[in-house]
This record gives sequence, structure tokens and C-alpha cells, in this order.
Amino acid sequence: MTTGEDLDAFRDRARRWIRGNLRPAAALSLSRLLRNDLTPEEQVAEITHERELQRMLFDAGLAGVCVPRAYGGQGLPPAHQRALNEELSGYEYPRRLQSPTFSPCAAVLLEFGTEEQKLRHIPAILKGEELWMQFLSEPSGGSDVAGALTSAVRDGDEWVLNGSKVWTTGAWWSDWAICLARTNWDVPKHRGLTVFILPIHQPGIEVHRIEMLNGSMEFCQEFLSDVRVPDRDRIGDVDDGWTVGVRWMFHERMLFNSPLVTVPGRVAHRSATPGLLNTLRDAGRLDDPVARDLVGEARMLQVVGEALQRRIGRGIASGRMSDQAAAIGRLFAGVAGSRIMTIVFEVAGSAGAAWSDDDGALAGTGVDFLMRQVSCIGGGTTEMARNVVSERVLGMPRERTLDRDVAFRDVPRAPSGHS
Amino acid sequence: MLLDLTPDQALFRDATVRFLGDQAPPGELRRLRDDPAGFRGEYWRRGAELGWTSLLVPEPLGGGSLSGRPVVDACVLSYEFGRHAAPGPLVAANAVAAALGAADADAHGPLLADVMGGTAIATWAYGEPSPGDRLGDVALSVRVDGPDVVLDGVKRPVESGAHSTSLLVTGRTGAGLTQVVVPTSAAGVSIEPLHTVDLTRRFATVRFDDVRLPRDAVVGEVGDADAQVEQQLWIALAMANAEAVGAMQAAFDMTVAWAFDRYSFGRPLASYQALKHRFADMKSWLEASHAVCERAAEAVDAHDADAAELLSVAKAYIGQYGVELVQDCVQLHGGIGVTFEHDVHLFLRRVTLDRALWGTPAEHRQRITAGLERSEGAA
Repeated sequence: MTTGEDLDAFRDRARRWIRGNLRPAAALSLSRLLRNDLTPEEQVAEITHERELQRMLFDAGLAGVCVPRAYGGQGLPPAHQRALNEELSGYEYPRRLQSPTFSPCAAVLLEFGTEEQKLRHIPAILKGEELWMQFLSEPSGGSDVAGALTSAVRDGDEWVLNGSKVWTTGAWWSDWAICLARTNWDVPKHRGLTVFILPIHQPGIEVHRIEMLNGSMEFCQEFLSDVRVPDRDRIGDVDDGWTVGVRWMFHERMLFNSPLVTVPGRVAHRSATPGLLNTLRDAGRLDDPVARDLVGEARMLQVVGEALQRRIGRGIASGRMSDQAAAIGRLFAGVAGSRIMTIVFEVAGSAGAAWSDDDGALAGTGVDFLMRQVSCIGGGTTEMARNVVSERVLGMPRERTLDRDVAFRDVPRAPSGHS
Repeated sequence: MLLDLTPDQALFRDATVRFLGDQAPPGELRRLRDDPAGFRGEYWRRGAELGWTSLLVPEPLGGGSLSGRPVVDACVLSYEFGRHAAPGPLVAANAVAAALGAADADAHGPLLADVMGGTAIATWAYGEPSPGDRLGDVALSVRVDGPDVVLDGVKRPVESGAHSTSLLVTGRTGAGLTQVVVPTSAAGVSIEPLHTVDLTRRFATVRFDDVRLPRDAVVGEVGDADAQVEQQLWIALAMANAEAVGAMQAAFDMTVAWAFDRYSFGRPLASYQALKHRFADMKSWLEASHAVCERAAEAVDAHDADAAELLSVAKAYIGQYGVELVQDCVQLHGGIGVTFEHDVHLFLRRVTLDRALWGTPAEHRQRITAGLERSEGAA
């Protein structure tokens, strides 16, 4: 555990500890992430267990591999994190703590937080004591993040926040949030934003769970009413929140490529493969060349996606690709995820429309199909990713907007006559 | 293809790029349309001097990898072949060189030296006619008869079949595979040229009617060449994938430049969101192709357990999206894109060829699923 621990020694240590302390991962089906098959109590129990896993990793010196030692991390290079990920293959790990807690939230704290903020929160995150959420999207606009309407007004050493945030996954079981708010309405939209951090469970914040069309209650909306945030919990400069926001969204797009995120190597390989084969088998179509073709295509997209994320991660890390290249991976993952879901639905045949609980892997694939577009929406739509790729990666002209160089309060927000 | 090349790979790549830029510019490719061989002997000999046919041959036999990862090296080369739509039977020649390099040096040393020197064209006769034309189908018979071996069967498409001095023929002896070096001048060999989509690549049907050769024409052991044939197939797949990615890159770069230069209704094509989004999709297909192509080549060099799956995944993906991407490039050019004068068809031809050779995307998707079943059974 000394600084600069040799890669092989680190890997050995991680392997021994993992095998001695962690349980094999439960098989995670392809679509499980989109389903709501746990009661709230079961979900809380899982979160509690993941917090314990995080604490165990921390005590073993395996948490925050790339986080500086001053904040409770190991201060090691990304290769060590990759080694840990590889050694974790097939074992349980604190899945829900990775995103958004480690990236983008902890990544933003490490990049823009004050020394005091980092010392207070990073070790707590590494110990599993603080789960973080992003208060970013608003009901008034998902993709137009810089058009945030949540306001923060200064009152002495404090700020008073009012507004609403949405699409926070599991805010009801999380602890802290990083929040983008408008502090100046008299300048263009990108120049009047400021970032704050705040505890989620406090008077003035009402967390409302949103029911999705498949019955999932994972997503939340928060209503902020006169929430008081001390100025010491501001991230970055006043009205300079977009500088933070750009990096915030970059860290979000990095997904599993972030060196702060722990994810068992080849997690997709191990989890999705039985899913695809089980679908084929349970549909009784192991001998159907058409169904086999579709499964081959789905597997192809998974493997290509893994290779692409690796290439982009390395390209960005080495400076051969710009940060904006992360949008290429986001676009691919969205389109491929949607196609894979369509394939599973197709192979399921009529069980996609009507099924019994005895239908094995086919049960519920119709509902998963209804949720198909989530892969192209969540974390920024694929349309936005296409804008980023064409404009920021290929350098094509930007789309014309009507909210640049105008005071934000004068920007149209509804059809004229209604604003 | 690679994000980072070793200094030796970069030197080799740069020399090849200079040579191809000088010897195989688009105008020369158009002229070679009517050349029977599709390339000139001197061009191939000078390319061989640069190392085009030596990368997969062990060092003691006069070859050598640049980086310790010979298949990756070969892919760096075939990527540039794709980017220039370059002439010459690169994939087939390297498959033969690899086979001869892995075999008994005494019997096949002189031919190997000629292949590496570029003074002899040797090609691989592997695929067979429909309906036995699925990847891996081999029906051509190799029979042992006293001191001789006797070949009967048909191979197609055989690249540069009519312009080679020697053929490495993959045939069947009972349950196993046998590979034999057959001079194209041998009695019983008849060669019939085929038509093709590429301007400079040439293919033929080669028939073997009771072709009798001394037993030392066999490469490796009779009936025991299966592993060697698979290795050659892996080399061919990796190199064909890299070539297609090079052609995709060239067509894409050309079309991005066009989008900036071409104005309609007073603004560049690149300013239309409908087109920008298509370019974004193409960019994602292109980077994905680079990524999986490199990953598969690395896996072959490293003898990874998932090398076969990665090669099939890469071939299925690049076969499908390579053609989609370049056809989209044609579409974005409009009418000029389907003329002989414009260069984009040089690359469309190359990705079309690479899609159809060494197993179609559909065949490889079937292989992927079969591999999933096998790995589940093994787990």
C-alpha cells in the first residue's frame, strides 16, 4: 500500500483480497437494470449491502485507486484501476455507487472542489458513507442543460435555492447532490450559472418518485423550496458554473472509462451472454437460423461496443482524442442498446406480447421493449451526441440558437403569447 | 487503425504510404483497370523490398515482425492498402508466406525466398464454389498415391490465380486438411478468370483434374493442416478487416472535406443538421470498426481464447457497416459519387470486395452464435 505500489504486486493483493472476501456476482440479466422487480425494502437492503462492500474495499486499501492519498485514495495510476476491474470479474461490487457518485460527482469535486470540500466529502464517498446524485436536468428541458431555471439568490453567507430537478436515479436513497442553478438572469445563459452541493434529505427538498411506463420507480423529481445552502458549499466561482458543467458532463459521458469508476472487467461479457442464449433457448429457437443470426448481431454489437469504449478511453487518456470523443461512445451505446433490445423482443416471438412467469428469459421482454429508447435518452440523448460528434469532433458549423448573446430572462421559453 | 504505432511500425507505414502515393495514385489505378494482372511486377517487387510479404515469416527464415506482434504489423500494412485502394494480392500472399514460414524450410525455402523477394507471386487457393462456399468448407481431395499426392477439385475465387507461379492449395485428406504447393504450370491445372468489382484485384476459378505432384509438395503433414489453415484464415480475416477500415477512412475523409467545400442554398453541406447527424453516425461506425479491428488483430497475436470470436465480430461488423458507410459517402456526394471520374468508387469497390470475401457478415453472425454456445458449454 505504499505510494507507487508496483502493478503486479497491486494485482496480487487485489486478487487475494477479492477471492477471500467477496461473493460471486449474481447473474444480472440484460434488461434487469430497467425493471422494477424489487420492493423498496429490498432495494434499501441492496444499497446498504453495497455501502458495506464499499467500506470493505476502503479498509482493504482498494477504494479510490486513482484518488490522491490526501483524500483517502490510493494515489495510483489508471492501470492499477484497470487491474482491479479485471480481478473483480465475476464478483459482487458496489454497482450503484459508481455512477453518478464516483463519476461525475466525485470527479467534479476533485477537479473543482476546495481543499475543505474534498477533505470533507471524498473520504466519506470512498467509505460508502455518502451516495451522491446529480441535480442537473429540469422539467423545462432535458438536453438544454444550460437553460436551467432553478434559481439561487444570495442572502449574506448563504444562497436560497428554488426550482425543480428531475431524472435523478434513486435520489430517495442517496445522501448528497451536486446542483446547477441560475444566479444571474441578466447575462446570456451560459454566464449566469453556479454549481452547489447540498444534502438531499432536508426541509425544503421534497423527493417525488416518478413511475415509468414499465412500473419502475427508480427515477425521482425534486422540488426545492427556499433551500438554504452556505456559500462554502459552492463549487467554482459565482456565475462560472458552466465551466464546471462542461467538465461535469464530460465525466458523465466517460461512464466506465473513468479511472474513478470500478466495474468488473468484461462485465458485459459475463452478464449479457447467458441472457442472449437463454432467450434463444427459452424461445425454442436454438435451431432457427434467423434467430441465430439476430443473436449473432446482438453479440457483435456488445463486443464492438466494448472495443470502442476501450479505444476512446485510451484515446482521451493519451490526448490522441479530444474529450468530446466520449460522445462517439455514447452514440454507439445508445443505438446498439436499442437494437439489442429489439432483437431480444424479436426472438421472443409472441411471448413478447403475452407471457407467463414460466417463460424464463422471455418473460417481460415486451415491457423491456417498451422501454427500449431509454438507451438513447438517458445521460443525454443520441441526438445531442450527434450534435457533439459533428460539431465538436468533426468541426462542422454549430446549430443556430436564439439564446446566445441575449440576457437569459429575455430568451423565449414557450410559444409567443404564452411566455 | 492503431492509435499508437511503435517507431518501427511508423517508419514502415510511412515508407509504404510514400511508395503507394507515388506508385499507385488514383490515376494509375484507373489505368490498371485494363491491365490483365492489375499490377506491375516491378511494383510488387519493390513493395516486397519494403517488407510487404515478410512480416509473418520467422526471423531465421529472413522475415520478421516490427513490433513482436506480426499480425498487428500486417494490419498496419493492409490498412494502408485499403486507404490507397492499392493493387496486389496482399492478403493471399501473406497467408502463403505464413504457411511456408511455418513449414519445413528445406522443402519450401526457395519459394518462400521468392515470395518474400516479390519475384514470385504465390496465392492461396482456399474457397470453393457454391454450394460448398461457406467459410471453412473444403471438399477438394488430396489423395496419397505412393510417392505422390493427387489433387481433384475446384477452387474459387482464387486471387491473382491467373498471374501466380504457385498456388498453396488447401484440400481434404479423409477427416483432416492437407496443404500442397502446386505450380500453376502443373499438368491438370486449368485457370479461368472471373469478373470482379475491384479495378486492380483479379480473381479466377482454378480446376484440379488429377493433378499429380511428388509428396514433398505438401506443406506440413498430410491430413494434419487444420490448425495451420485456421491460422491462415485468421491472418486473412484480420488483414481484410484492416483493409476495409482503411477504405472506410479514405472515403469518410474525402466526404467530410466535400461537406465543407460544397455549398447549396448559400451554405455548406456541413451546416445542415440532417447531414451532420449522418456524419456523426458514420463517425461512430468508423471508430467502432477501427476499435474492433485492432482488438481482433491483437487477440490473434496474443493467442487469446476469444480471438476467433473477435475476428468474426470484426468481420461481421466491418462487412456490414463498411459498405453502409461508403454507400452513404456516395449518397452525400450526389450524382458525382456514382461516376468513374470521382475517387469514392475506388473505396466502395474495396469494401464491397472485403465484405464478400472470407465469409459474409451473415456467415460470421452464425459463427458468433455457435461460439457463444461452445463457450457456454465449456464454462
